[in-house]
Amino acid sequence: MNSAVYKALVDIVGEDYASDRAEELFTYSKDLGTAEPKWPDYVAVPKTVEELQKIVLLANEAKVAIVPMGGGMSLAGIALPLHGGIMIDMKRMDEIIEVNGTGRYAVVEAGTSQGKLFAYLKKHHPTLAHSMPDAPPAATIGGNMAIHGQGDLAHPHGFNSDMINGLEVILPTGEICRFGSCSMSPGWFTQHPLPDMAFFLGWGGATGIITKVSLRLFPCKKIREFDLLVVDNEELVPEILYEISHVGMSEDLTAFSQALPPMTDRLHHIGVNISGDTEEELEFKRRFIYDERLSSFFEQGTGGIVATSQDLEKPTVTKTSDWKKGGGFEYVGSVFPVSAYPELYRKGVEISARHDIPYTVVGRVIGAAHSMMFAWSYAFNRADPDSVRHANEALHETDDLVPGLGGTIWKPAVYGQQIVMKHMDANTLELMKKLKNMLDPNGIMNPGNWEVA
Amino acid sequence: MTAKIEYKYDDMIHRCFRCGYCKFPNDWSTITNCPTYARFRLESYSSGGRLWLIRAWVNGEIEWSENLAKIVYSCTACKNCEEQCPISFSDDLVNMVVAARSAMVETGLLPSPVKSFLKNVHLHGNPYGLAAKKRDQWMEGTKIEPYQNQEYLYYVGDEGSYDTRAQSAAKSLGELLLKAGVSFGVLGNLETSDGNEVETLGEEGLLEELIEKNIKQFKDLGVKKIITLSPHSYNVFKNSYPKFRGEFEVFHYTQILPQLMQAGKLEGPADLNMKVTYHDPCFLGRWNKEYNAPRDLLKGIKGVELTEMGQNKKSALCCGGGSGNFYTDFLGGSEDSPARIRVREAHETGAQVLAVACPNCLTMLEDAVKVEGLEDKIAVKDISEILNGTE
Repeated sequence: MNSAVYKALVDIVGEDYASDRAEELFTYSKDLGTAEPKWPDYVAVPKTVEELQKIVLLANEAKVAIVPMGGGMSLAGIALPLHGGIMIDMKRMDEIIEVNGTGRYAVVEAGTSQGKLFAYLKKHHPTLAHSMPDAPPAATIGGNMAIHGQGDLAHPHGFNSDMINGLEVILPTGEICRFGSCSMSPGWFTQHPLPDMAFFLGWGGATGIITKVSLRLFPCKKIREFDLLVVDNEELVPEILYEISHVGMSEDLTAFSQALPPMTDRLHHIGVNISGDTEEELEFKRRFIYDERLSSFFEQGTGGIVATSQDLEKPTVTKTSDWKKGGGFEYVGSVFPVSAYPELYRKGVEISARHDIPYTVVGRVIGAAHSMMFAWSYAFNRADPDSVRHANEALHETDDLVPGLGGTIWKPAVYGQQIVMKHMDANTLELMKKLKNMLDPNGIMNPGNWEVA
Repeated sequence: MTAKIEYKYDDMIHRCFRCGYCKFPNDWSTITNCPTYARFRLESYSSGGRLWLIRAWVNGEIEWSENLAKIVYSCTACKNCEEQCPISFSDDLVNMVVAARSAMVETGLLPSPVKSFLKNVHLHGNPYGLAAKKRDQWMEGTKIEPYQNQEYLYYVGDEGSYDTRAQSAAKSLGELLLKAGVSFGVLGNLETSDGNEVETLGEEGLLEELIEKNIKQFKDLGVKKIITLSPHSYNVFKNSYPKFRGEFEVFHYTQILPQLMQAGKLEGPADLNMKVTYHDPCFLGRWNKEYNAPRDLLKGIKGVELTEMGQNKKSALCCGGGSGNFYTDFLGGSEDSPARIRVREAHETGAQVLAVACPNCLTMLEDAVKVEGLEDKIAVKDISEILNGTE
């Protein structure tokens, strides 16, 4: 370790927010999933863009790696310091800078938690909502951009990274750049039609650090309803999702199946979120979705509505971590055509059974059923090395499976990144390499991730 | 690798996923509702980070250090994490921290301020290291009687007995009880520490000693009912003493005074025309689910307009003084100290008075008001002081 780097960090962020102590290094060496710990040399928690910029310049000068971390919720080890260096915890940069109500966008610092923005909009702009991922509320807006996250509202509006009106980024060499209308005016109202320079979305922090995001907001209706359909034949799921997506009235459209609790085993649950400002509007949507598009399924007895609720709580995926009473789960995320659901489900059941893990699979419709995020979750007991090993093997088996079935891996860890790059078109790969080298000549930005050989 | 430490929650602590719900209030409006995370903003100071570090220490993955001990002992035991954690073991989150402290006590590995705190309680019966014979000085000039078979024992506690600011609250409450004609007495110099902080600091031996000593004294004197000034005393008498066969009817004073007001035995001052916001003490609120009595009391005072801070009741931000931190001061020294955040929240409501029902919160928040330069904007008062018209 270089004590000069630590002293410089203290000068930049203050003594309270820089550490080279074993306890902080230990804490930031751990991902929540199965990844092996990777120890940083320092931890810094900047408050401002200026402080962050100074850290980036320091890292270039000292040739030490920097790894930005938001909520640390990727579970895939994306924010682990694979080559040591400085862990940058972004969560003190969490100001909600502007909410433009009529323009329906919010400009936030990248470390803003999903929970904070949710609460702020609920209190101050109750007719507006942003797309919330299923991750816990500590997940950050910037982190979600760096991994192409998605959440509710994905069916009408796509990935979270499709929902931006502008970005501010610190390049690996320290320059601050803005993209979208904010690059030429005070307004953060559009990303287009300027030349596309979005080299930062989905790169997992390997090409720069996102510092501000202009996030599109969407109408938040007064009444929200979650309906749950069930079928016992996975082959029906793509057709049902297609039918529902035809009317485009759902705010979120998911399909999931899980072994626990036992009564849900082998059943396929289709979650449909709808909303309305009045009961009349809701009823209108129900009629189009269920009477017009799905009545044949109900009449044939192949499916049914098992629950409706207007008392919507956000999903608590954390509970998955307790399925083996062991504080752990990790999943392989992927993006596939919706039609792949039956095969993906069956593979998930097989792999889970092989590793004695209760199976859990979930698919979320992206756009008008243009694609589907599909995830296989594997719970494990953190205190049982065998259980961790099994989960890790199941994850790798699943990663291996994805390209063969025609899909792409979502937010892959290094193992998955290698698989993706192995299957990637050579010219595209070469462009990625050139981009990375051009932006990050000293190789300091989250090294080890998306590195083309 | 160090040796594995014997640890009570060895079969449970690994279940923390570190998802971070524990940092939030109910409405998710801020990620800084855990007082230690608010102060330091390092994951190591979050509830989850702390549990992972404890597990690493007891498993021999990391060695004990002053920094580790500071992380473990900075937790104020406020239970915000328990309110928010979605996992079924959430009721034991603070217990897991306390058990780690017990393991540190067993191995003699404690931060210096904690050692001083415990040594002072052991030698002097209070954490300040002040003479036991000075314990009754707070009641000088009052007509409060020693306990001699009256209906209630008024247990004042360490802060109310020794801390200059808290003494005012102790006095106000005593005067109110006198005015209302309540049959009560105090222990004066015979009173000793209740053990609440000793318990959360993990000193089981000293806790047992204090509890047994207090129970014997209470029983010898014929005490049946206890009114406490401090929610900390209330908590330990109510929840821990029965485990040692010390079963008494215990009331925090905010649970007694509303009845006296309703019975016409107690009147507040003349119309106050005062906007007040109330800070829930952790050991009354989250620990004992008493959110209404203090509010009812305030609402019963003529001219008091009660307004709420954004984070209140189950989601109230801790003042940062719990579990000995009012003495050890691991969370002080920053504009992000929880007490300073809390008084800024109180000021934002437009209230002229920040009402408290805990001598610990009283001293923490009043100091914070001074450091924030808000003395002319907002005053910190114990509810007993508001009711007694204490300036």
